[in-house]
Amino acid sequence: MVNLETFRGQTPAWCPGCGNFAILKTFKDVMVELQMEPHQFTVVSGIGQAAKLPHYIRCNTFNGLHGRALPVATGIKLANHAMPVIVTTGDGDCYGEGGNHLLAAIRRNINIKLFVHDNQIYGLTKGQPSPTTSAGTIAKNVPFGVISEQFNPMALAVALDCGFAARAFAGDPAHLKSLMKEAINHKGFALIDILQPCVSFNKVNTYEWYRKRVYHIEPEYNPEDRMTAFSKSLEWGDRIPTGIIYRNNRPTFEERVPILAAGPLVRQSFDSAKIEGTLREFY
Amino acid sequence: MDYSIKIGGEAGQGIQTIGDALGRVFARSGYHVFSNQDYESRIRGGHNFYQIRLSNQPLAAARNRIDILVALDQESITRHVDELTLNGMIIYDAAALKFKNDGPAFLDISFEKLALEQGGDKIMANTVATGAVLGMLGMDLDLFLKLIADTFKNKGDHTVQANHKAAQAGYRYAKQHCDKCTYAVAGDEVKPRMLIGGVEAIALGALASGCKFYSAYPMTPSTGIMNYLASKEGEYGIIVEQAEDEIAAINMALGVSYAGLRAMTGTSGGGFALMVEGLSLAGMTETPIVIAMGQRPGPATGLPTRTEQADLEFLVSAGHGEFPRVIFAPGSPLQAFHLTNKAFDIAEKYQIPVFILFDTYLGDCQWTFDRFDTSQVRYFDYRLQGDAFKNLADYKRYAYTESGISPLAMPGDANHVVVVDSDEHDEDGHLVEDSATRTRMVGKRLFKKLPLIKSEIAPPELYGNHEAQVVLTGWGSTYGVMKEAVDELAKSTSIAMLHFSEVFPLPDSTHFDYVTHLRKAKLPLCIENNATGQFSRIIRAATGFEFKAWIHKYDGRPFTVEELIGEIHGQLGNV
Repeated sequence: MVNLETFRGQTPAWCPGCGNFAILKTFKDVMVELQMEPHQFTVVSGIGQAAKLPHYIRCNTFNGLHGRALPVATGIKLANHAMPVIVTTGDGDCYGEGGNHLLAAIRRNINIKLFVHDNQIYGLTKGQPSPTTSAGTIAKNVPFGVISEQFNPMALAVALDCGFAARAFAGDPAHLKSLMKEAINHKGFALIDILQPCVSFNKVNTYEWYRKRVYHIEPEYNPEDRMTAFSKSLEWGDRIPTGIIYRNNRPTFEERVPILAAGPLVRQSFDSAKIEGTLREFY
Repeated sequence: MDYSIKIGGEAGQGIQTIGDALGRVFARSGYHVFSNQDYESRIRGGHNFYQIRLSNQPLAAARNRIDILVALDQESITRHVDELTLNGMIIYDAAALKFKNDGPAFLDISFEKLALEQGGDKIMANTVATGAVLGMLGMDLDLFLKLIADTFKNKGDHTVQANHKAAQAGYRYAKQHCDKCTYAVAGDEVKPRMLIGGVEAIALGALASGCKFYSAYPMTPSTGIMNYLASKEGEYGIIVEQAEDEIAAINMALGVSYAGLRAMTGTSGGGFALMVEGLSLAGMTETPIVIAMGQRPGPATGLPTRTEQADLEFLVSAGHGEFPRVIFAPGSPLQAFHLTNKAFDIAEKYQIPVFILFDTYLGDCQWTFDRFDTSQVRYFDYRLQGDAFKNLADYKRYAYTESGISPLAMPGDANHVVVVDSDEHDEDGHLVEDSATRTRMVGKRLFKKLPLIKSEIAPPELYGNHEAQVVLTGWGSTYGVMKEAVDELAKSTSIAMLHFSEVFPLPDSTHFDYVTHLRKAKLPLCIENNATGQFSRIIRAATGFEFKAWIHKYDGRPFTVEELIGEIHGQLGNV
């Protein structure tokens, strides 16, 4: 029987009050509800505060390089598509350093779950702007304010026909939990952008700031209508929608790799005698 | 007999079609073949050539002199006319080239007109030209006709018939009109030989080793590995994935390797520059990986389709931090096959990155062999899986062991979790900062493994007179040309070759004291296809032996036999 204690990991090194604690707790709750055992899934991460999460939960872990979690996760999924693979990352790791891999992963529709802890700032390097920092924000290294426009992960996801794109708020764990479960159960690539206050370096986008703005998307909203979803994805400012912005049922990448029809690659056999026949083709 | 045939023309004219067909026919006729190519970074136009040498003796390099020049454009004649031997012939299509030369070395064959007359297409002019070459050599046409039938069987009888007629037309014309053709090609049937290129041999080595995943971003000269493996995806159950960039390519391969399978990536210098952080990740996480690194001249984009041996020091020191690695540099397709197999074995056994370092020249050139001996192929699965993994009371990915090698397990295969981290970590794989663990982990993954890894490295090959005064020393793709130079010069000089195909770490002297050998020689010569002598520096750093004489070539072209012999002659005065 899997319970919270099953997933006890290292002691988190996050700042007290960090939005990551709620995400970690919710993640464990989801795994308990799904009765998934630690060895049955793999969490892949890169570098940043969010990327430390797999150390704080007992599970198969590949904590790799900054921005490169998605390619590693893609490799794991192709090798063993029976293994659920989850990526925990941040706005800098995923939208900044690893941008190209995000585009490719969405296009592939590989069955990976991408949980982005989006605190709109670089925490681990102490307060530089991230791709989701709003234009005009002043930081130590940008004394005249951020010039680039804020990156919109939801609009990008809809534009690329992402299998599943949702926004959540770390201060609303019940809602986050239902979205995480939906993402894990979705067949295909799933992105959840989780708004997560950074209590140390982001003095603008605080719990209070988010609480005033976030709302649950209306129940009558149809996330399968791409044009409606695109309009919804552009909503930001006084009101910030949370919930499933867009979803579709595109076939997954693994389903379209012909040789994987025979089962996970790690379970397929290798016949070392076969090479003799292939060498004969060179005569 | 020893003849060289050069096919020259613009990109897109079918040089490769003619070259491949001739090479295959010669190999099937039982001859030894060596072919190499020279092309520009463009799809149409420019000047390219394909050179094929055939002999009844083993071959390992290209020569400067040519016996038959198949000129598909006028520039091929201007550029290569001086390479003709005394009795050499140029065949060309005067009408197509709008150029005529009545000199004794010129034979006008209307490739295009003959193709059209036989009911074929203009494109079959290449078949006419191939037939003509076989006619000039006085060889039998049957093997070529059979090759045509095999090649075009999916295009239908009409295509096969038309090509057969085109081949016969070219063959007949050359036989009737080439009075000067006195090539002494023996006609007796011998057993067919295997004809194989470097890039294919690397791919075959991967298949023979149970490689199940190859990810890459296309880049000359490594792309052929990806293309060949992709053609075998279904048959071998291997996934070939074109990554979004080289960073993704190496990280995907590491993901596959972590998940429990043998994985490989391939690239060239510029792409490898992007992979460097991933290499360091393989070092820290002790994740096995094989990397095929095809050198071409740099810096930056350099000469994209040409050859050089200038990335050895880059590979030796690539990646931040200190971790073990192995670099193999095959000198022939046969070595490429076996060393790729050894790379997979060593990578998994010691959980390290292993390189196959080749270059455009080795990648593209084709050699003939009697056979590849697959009884020498090593396949041993070093992973902890199934019951062995399940029955463990406790599992630690980075457990301290006597050998420094920790159990490499397949995640999901037992009730244990597999944790790897790019941070410094403890035995469980979780990140740590303390100095004691750090020191012990460096000892585990670096110092304990190094002597074991070094004991796997084979000594260099000594070829020729064992007491030689002149010792040609080299690595990788210069193997063939050095060997032929030794054969040629041995008639008049005390000379030998010392060739390294396992270049880093350098072999120790347990089995063969090559350093003493070099010290005893009167003229140890280090021969490299680069400007600064990278390998001679590596030898000096590892052994203290310092070369005083070198031959370096860095114009983007490989050495030819005559060229190397000329350079060696220039140094013999120093003996």
